[in-house]
Amino acid sequence: MSGEREVWITGIGILSCLGEGPEEHWQKLMQGKPVADTATFAPYIVHPIGTVSFDKQIPKKGDQRQMEAWQRIGTYAAGLALDSAGVKGNSEILGKMDMIVAAGGGERDLAVDSAILTGMPKTGNPDVYLNERLMNDLRPTLFLAQLSNLLAGNISIVHGVTGSSRTFLGEEGSGVDAVRIAFLRIKDGLSKIALVGGAHNGERKDMFLLYEFGSYNLKDKFAPVWDRGSKGGFALGSLGAFLVLEDPEHAKARGAKPIARLSAVLSERCRRKPGELTATLRGMWDKIKGTLKAGGHAIISGATGAEPAATEERALFADHAGVPVRATGTYIGHGVEPQFAMNIALAAVAIGHGGLYPPTDSASVEKPMQGSLTQAVVTGVGHWRGEGLALVEAAI
Amino acid sequence: MATYRDKKGRPIIVVTGMGVATPLGAGKEDNWERLLAGQSGIRAIKRFPTDGLKTRIAGTVDYVEVEPFCTPALSERLGEIVIEEAVAEAGIGKKGDFPGPLFVALPPIEMEWPQRMELAAESRSNNEVTYDDLLRASSSGKYAKYYPRFMFGSIAEKLAETFGTKGSPISLSTACASGASAIQLGMEAIRRGETNVALCVGADGSVNAESLIRFSLLSALSTQNDNPEAASKPFAKNRDGFVMSEGGGALVLESMDAAKARGAKIYGVLEGVGELADSFHRTRSSPDGKPIIGCLRNALADCGLAPEDIDYINAHGTSTPENDKMEHLGVSTVFGEHSKKVMISSNKSIIGHTLSAAGVVEAVFSFMTLENQRVPPTINYQVPDPAIPMDVVPNTARDAQVRHVMSNSFGFGGQNVSLVMAREPA
Repeated sequence: MSGEREVWITGIGILSCLGEGPEEHWQKLMQGKPVADTATFAPYIVHPIGTVSFDKQIPKKGDQRQMEAWQRIGTYAAGLALDSAGVKGNSEILGKMDMIVAAGGGERDLAVDSAILTGMPKTGNPDVYLNERLMNDLRPTLFLAQLSNLLAGNISIVHGVTGSSRTFLGEEGSGVDAVRIAFLRIKDGLSKIALVGGAHNGERKDMFLLYEFGSYNLKDKFAPVWDRGSKGGFALGSLGAFLVLEDPEHAKARGAKPIARLSAVLSERCRRKPGELTATLRGMWDKIKGTLKAGGHAIISGATGAEPAATEERALFADHAGVPVRATGTYIGHGVEPQFAMNIALAAVAIGHGGLYPPTDSASVEKPMQGSLTQAVVTGVGHWRGEGLALVEAAI
Repeated sequence: MATYRDKKGRPIIVVTGMGVATPLGAGKEDNWERLLAGQSGIRAIKRFPTDGLKTRIAGTVDYVEVEPFCTPALSERLGEIVIEEAVAEAGIGKKGDFPGPLFVALPPIEMEWPQRMELAAESRSNNEVTYDDLLRASSSGKYAKYYPRFMFGSIAEKLAETFGTKGSPISLSTACASGASAIQLGMEAIRRGETNVALCVGADGSVNAESLIRFSLLSALSTQNDNPEAASKPFAKNRDGFVMSEGGGALVLESMDAAKARGAKIYGVLEGVGELADSFHRTRSSPDGKPIIGCLRNALADCGLAPEDIDYINAHGTSTPENDKMEHLGVSTVFGEHSKKVMISSNKSIIGHTLSAAGVVEAVFSFMTLENQRVPPTINYQVPDPAIPMDVVPNTARDAQVRHVMSNSFGFGGQNVSLVMAREPA
């Protein structure tokens, strides 16, 4: 194979409770006041997406109708990323653009589920009743929203990205591996330009239900990620994040400038026995430490707030006491699959501004940044499984 | 040390171990025998009552018991069964210590009706049962076991733990192309030089009432319930939809260098892969066939072969009116005159559509076709479709010279992947 290439980030598309696009996110982060919704789904806390004019990125109402919320969020964020990279509507480039999406599952129709569960005890044969109701009550289009790979499918349809299309499953780890594979394919010369990321709708009772089995939901009172005590917990966030990664030669040929350089993406798996997570993060850190410059780097943490993962991640920070840390989850909540791509994007935005936003926690895990930020280590630490690390650097 | 490189200077990728499970049974030998004999694995569904349903048949894997049944549990078990066979055949690594990464194609996962019903009962709601009632019941801690079960990452996690694969396991879903995508990821990892060996798996056990009904509401399924074995009729004029099925497949991919160095038996060569996505519609292919045409061309270009080099196509061949028509359009456009000569058959006529697993299951059968120089038939081909003038190897297996095979996978959502395999390196 030909020699290894650099990988540039040439497009960022982000949408969350903080707003849309790099600037809105940066301004809200600089204000230093996290906002979460503790009322709508009380006792569960969420970071809601707010009002989005989906028409701006998904012009056909018919397309919007065929999507559930997570797909609209993702298709919108993907459109922002393509705009940011300056390739929106460029069918020649989009027809060769590779795509990797990290996705969860579709959304339940809560009304249908509730009606079936309500009626079931009153029937003689629950299975036959279930068949009848599902045959009559499920909307055929719901099936499409339910398929994990249909976010990618919708991005192909709405934005015309068709070079290749892959969807990875598996919570936070899938988001890390999506970025890693897209990165490696460009580095290796197999891909010239790629769209990678995902989307999450956190305002869903069916998701609270799943996480409630494992007692992971943050309830009642909001607190920054590092201030959630020994029980921990995460507040689900609705967010979408896509990156355009590109071969520098390809970018130069079309006159595109890098937002930042993605220099390393690593993933790992461990069983999370006591100490294993810290050791895994240390192992990944060792692989990039040679490129870190004293005083110019920070850690953008993907901590969810779940324990014991957050405590184990703090043991890594303790190794690097002078390196400032920010957990973006305090602001945007936990978006699971797209969280890693989102944090790479926010790292690139911070590097673009040459510094960090103010610390938020009272535990003092986060400290003010001295000096100018040129490198960010992004951690991806799944609440249950999945470990990742990325290095984002100023492009020049 | 000799180094084996393909025409593009990349490491040659070989298959040194395979495993398969379908409604026909578990294991390569049983499956191959029944596949060649054209013994259908499609039958009336016994797993759940089918009263009131338009489709009451499927290729359920009933010989694998998981209690209580749920899709992730059966999919995981199928994955274990096929990996055990593949790893044993490859004779690689040590027990529980596979020396490479895992790529596994899986169906989407979610909590299912038995769990919802259990929570509803636990909630003791006297009137309407809402999600708030379910949430109240779920927080008791009593259902902690459901937590990992319905995590998307849990199946790959369990398989990675059991077989000791290296690194972060990748689970993927590109609908009916998932299995082929898993193989593609393994090929790319070896070509990048990241690893010498990879485990590529597809497993799908998703015949439950709701999944069946969802496909049924899309009018995608055959409704010929009275004679289940004759329901899957790829390329026949009277085809009326696919038949849902279950199964698993596993391939141990290895660089030829590594396989030769350890003296492993080589079952075939994975020569090329092509993909192209469709932007036309969520369930339908672009009417001009361009994405499928491009996908087939990309696969041939990847390994530097001409259409005439392909002797046999293991078709996606789902038996839906739309797919088979579009697959013919793609093949006839890319293969030209050769499309009338090339053999093309659909394993799905016999085993049904194993969905996320299909790409790997059919890759295993493609390699067995190369190894045995015998082509499995398209069964239930009684009424030829004049619009599809191809040699579908109708109804009876055939001995034939097969040098290169193409295996196609086209998915809902527009993901298309084609693989090219050979018995020996070119």
